[in-house]
Amino acid sequence: MMDVGIVSYGAYVPRYRIKPEEIGRIWGVDGKSMGKGLMINQKSVPSPDEDVVTIATEAARYMMARVPEVDPKDIGAMYVGSESHPYAVKPTSTIVAEAIEATPNMTAADMEFACKAGTAGIQVCMGLVGSGMIRYGVAIGADTSQGAPGDALEYSASAGGAAYLIGTEKIIAKINKTLSFTTDTPDFWRREGQPYPKHGGRFTGEPAYFRHITSAAKMMLEDRGTKPEDYDYAVFHQPNGKFPTRVAAQLGFTPEQIQYGLLTPEIGNTYSGAVPLGLANVLDHAKPGDRIFVTSYGSGAGSDAFDITVTDEIANYKRDNAPVLEKILSKTIDLDYGTYAKFKGKIVMPE
Amino acid sequence: MAGVAREWREIPGRYNLKGTKCGNCGKIFFPARSFCPVCRRASVGKMEEYSISRTGKVFSFSIVHEAPESNSIQKPYVVAMIETDDGVKITAQLVDVEFDQVCIGMPVRAVMRKLSTDGESGVIRYGYKFVPVE
Repeated sequence: MMDVGIVSYGAYVPRYRIKPEEIGRIWGVDGKSMGKGLMINQKSVPSPDEDVVTIATEAARYMMARVPEVDPKDIGAMYVGSESHPYAVKPTSTIVAEAIEATPNMTAADMEFACKAGTAGIQVCMGLVGSGMIRYGVAIGADTSQGAPGDALEYSASAGGAAYLIGTEKIIAKINKTLSFTTDTPDFWRREGQPYPKHGGRFTGEPAYFRHITSAAKMMLEDRGTKPEDYDYAVFHQPNGKFPTRVAAQLGFTPEQIQYGLLTPEIGNTYSGAVPLGLANVLDHAKPGDRIFVTSYGSGAGSDAFDITVTDEIANYKRDNAPVLEKILSKTIDLDYGTYAKFKGKIVMPE
Repeated sequence: MAGVAREWREIPGRYNLKGTKCGNCGKIFFPARSFCPVCRRASVGKMEEYSISRTGKVFSFSIVHEAPESNSIQKPYVVAMIETDDGVKITAQLVDVEFDQVCIGMPVRAVMRKLSTDGESGVIRYGYKFVPVE
């Protein structure tokens, strides 16, 4: 198989934020210590006119702006991974594909695998591109995730996404290997027609998040014959700040290695967007030769691991054609709980 | 609320600012026109698809306090007349902006946002709004 990798990427996070202390104030909980325990200082909130379609479109447009030489008509596949697609039936991916003028000679589909649907999309694109079936594929992870009012998830569930152009030409980061670890583990779910997900509380930890991430990560290290110290950066799924920090330490990665790939403390858990956004922030800082270790996690449950090497091509890459994440995250507007509830549609309005 | 067929026909303009350009006089139209009202018969068969620039500046603006029901959740909000880099004037909502920062000449760019929804079960209408260029 020819070298497959990332040709371009783009990331987007809405501007609005709410802090754990403001959420706790409403529900009679010490939100500040809740936030401290979860390692979340604030979370992003979509504006009322934003959803997975608009977030994915913005990320995809930034991605395309950085590769003006790529004709969108050469994109043969588009996969949008999310657990908050605006329609139950009607693909997000066709709207995003239309918005970047990649239609109509292409395939498209929406994906759902809790928080790892975005990385699953990258894997599918790798297969299609690597086999020569298509020239470029687009994989997007984006969410406007929901947490039931007063539930622990309300302190973390946020919004954002990132888009990846996968191909074989002018790749800025080569994906050396990907593998997955998948089991039937019901740690988190949302039934059809239900507005909020349910979770297994502490069950979401050891048998779910930690087992799947460490299993996939160890399989990858063994397969590649590498050690954690061989990597410059590591990105782990980040439902909060605490879990990825702990799993990194368990595997032998240092706080410095996960620093750029860990955005949850400042934006919350963007679900399908989380690892794609963390990787985007790493690529914003990466230099030729840097090696990146990535492991996502999706409840239900599975982990996708990636071993990535940044190529010399990143020096020619037009990264400045779109804003880097640091800039996107620098301008924020704080919300009170009332406005947040209105923005998230938690207030019942008259017909 | 307009039917889905009409919504569908408007997609190129709403998502990607597709207008038309008269091949006879060079005048640009947005929304797209199939006929140039200046050149009239001379424009027949000469109208070309034209992508309007997604960047421009605020030509004029107003803050809406009495909003239609479809947009009441966002009120008050800014509606601006945007002059794009190719001189086309487009009226649209200006979002993600503090009111005291809005001024004539402010650089802006087009983004895709939700415009309206046809109730809880109907189609979702997406299209252009503008945000400040940071």
